[in-house]
Amino acid sequence: MSKYRSLRSANSKFSILIEKRTLWVTLILFILCIVVMLISTGIGSLYISPLGVIKAIFGRGEPMEQVVVEKLRLPRIVIATLIGASLAVAGAILQGVIRNPLASPDVTGITEGASLGAVLFMFIFGGTVSIHWMPLAAIGGALLMAALLYILSWKHGVEPLRLILVGIGLSAAVKAISYMFIISGPLILAQRSLVFMSGSIYGTSWDKDVLTLLPWVAILLPITWLQARNVNIQALGDDVASGAGASVQKQRLFLIFLSVALAGSAVAIGGAIAFIGLMAPHMARKLVGSSFGSVLPVSALLGALILLVADLAARTVFLPRDVPAGVLTAAIGAPFFIYLLYRNRNRY
Amino acid sequence: MLVISLLMLAIAIVCSIAFGVTDIPISSVWESFTHYNMSTEHLIIRTTRVPRALIAASVGACLAVAGAVMQVMTRNPIASPSTLGVNSGATFFIVMSTSLLGISGMGAFTWVALIGAAVSGGIVFTLGSIGRDGMTPVKITLAGASMTAFFASLTQGLMLTDGKMFDQVLVWLVGSVAGRDMAQLQTVWPYMAVGMLIALLLARHLNVLAMGDDVAQGLGQRTAHIKLFAAIATILLAGASVAVAGPIAFVGIIIPHIVRYLVGNDYRWILPYSAVLGALILVAADLGSRYIAMPKEVPVGVMTAIIGVPFFVYIARKGRRT
Repeated sequence: MSKYRSLRSANSKFSILIEKRTLWVTLILFILCIVVMLISTGIGSLYISPLGVIKAIFGRGEPMEQVVVEKLRLPRIVIATLIGASLAVAGAILQGVIRNPLASPDVTGITEGASLGAVLFMFIFGGTVSIHWMPLAAIGGALLMAALLYILSWKHGVEPLRLILVGIGLSAAVKAISYMFIISGPLILAQRSLVFMSGSIYGTSWDKDVLTLLPWVAILLPITWLQARNVNIQALGDDVASGAGASVQKQRLFLIFLSVALAGSAVAIGGAIAFIGLMAPHMARKLVGSSFGSVLPVSALLGALILLVADLAARTVFLPRDVPAGVLTAAIGAPFFIYLLYRNRNRY
Repeated sequence: MLVISLLMLAIAIVCSIAFGVTDIPISSVWESFTHYNMSTEHLIIRTTRVPRALIAASVGACLAVAGAVMQVMTRNPIASPSTLGVNSGATFFIVMSTSLLGISGMGAFTWVALIGAAVSGGIVFTLGSIGRDGMTPVKITLAGASMTAFFASLTQGLMLTDGKMFDQVLVWLVGSVAGRDMAQLQTVWPYMAVGMLIALLLARHLNVLAMGDDVAQGLGQRTAHIKLFAAIATILLAGASVAVAGPIAFVGIIIPHIVRYLVGNDYRWILPYSAVLGALILVAADLGSRYIAMPKEVPVGVMTAIIGVPFFVYIARKGRRT
């Protein structure tokens, strides 16, 4: 019995190597995710048992629990899952393409670009244009940032380290511009934008948030999965990849676009939730190796899991305060980054 | 040339006192010191404009010198109190002590800021120097960026959960020199002065250190001692600046580079020039910040970031020759 199974379409446009181990890991993580979702839905100022949650989801719970689960808790849980997954996948793509373990949408400043886009949207169109368009503004900001980053760090090709340094600088500038808008605007927008910039999924609703994000994730994630072979080949390095017949630059551009779109739409809803895009792919690679076909689903699930747990902690541990989930992910993420830096201490 | 820069600084300070939401003729700036008559103009000058200009000047000077010293110590062209996380550490400690421990008052703030600067600086330096090659520019920059992200998000978290803090938020987010009084400056002045003195006394040794640890040791320098004193100086300078003005970015990066371009590589000259030009640029940036969104004011930290980033990108592109 072979350890692998390969999935391949007739014309080889699409091919993925699936390891048996990956299937198991994915299954376990999936179940873990569901369990955490059920528990997390139940915990709060009104405790509901997991069984009660399941009943409420299928519309047979007690009226009170029904309302709490359906209207308040469930949208937040679903959005945490979606955002966590998209950020993690965005990070996984970037790490593959830039070939640097420290790359992620937040370190390179792409998330900051997206949040500037969203903050501008709030200030300029606040209330006049439907909130469903906010992901477009955020993605626009993220794309602009990515383009600027790419151009500014281009000097006989893009060197990963320069990319990161330039990213650090650019994100400081973008943050400063966001602050400028926050400060010059009315106080209510200021508080909202600041919560947004630290990343929070407080008070989400089906209509406004879930329905806005869901289409993006539903379209972008499968496309990314279909691109898995291209990410794999990018990870080999430019020379090998072009030797293997890949049109490196074109594919890289498309992959970066996918990553930016995923990060941008996630930021539009949840704000700049930090470090998930950095952590999840690393854990995924530890679990299932570096083939992108396996890394993608596993890091999506891990990202969802991290944000679910972080959000659960954020809204329960510090009661009666509701800390933005992004603060917690940063509190876990920064030490993780330092650990990565330590692991790679002889590389730079 | 030092005389010219000093003269420019003096002009900038006078302009900063005279111009703003209410423009005041230079003559009455003078009168407010010679014949103080309690008029609105004189009141504005004495209670807001003068402290503001002086704070901008001293903070600018401190940050620029701190940046220059850090750039030698780490042999990293993009080192500065803001990129290496020293500012954000100091800020976080201040916000934490106000929010959780209820500490207030300038004296206490200063100490807390110094501790924060030391803790965060210490972590970044340690992280930056692990590994086979010792302290490399990239490692220390990455360590600094991650510590900055860490402290900044904790700071935001504290501010968002503590309603009382929210009106002071902006100061601790970007740094500003508006709305301070003379007493605040007087509290931090001694720390700034000591830091500055240590830095200036070290200048000669920094010249040696700039040639590299091995050469410096070969020439009989006790590099560990020098680095320790340099670290103390930067922490005093940066911590005291943050205590009075919040985290103001990029002054510490830009100025030393401009100065090196002007006067060469002798730190006995670089440090005093950095102080004067740092003061000049912050006073000028503060003056500019009053005009960008009239009649509102943009915090000066936003201004320095917008001026500083193109510069940062330029240095990051140019670097990597090491």
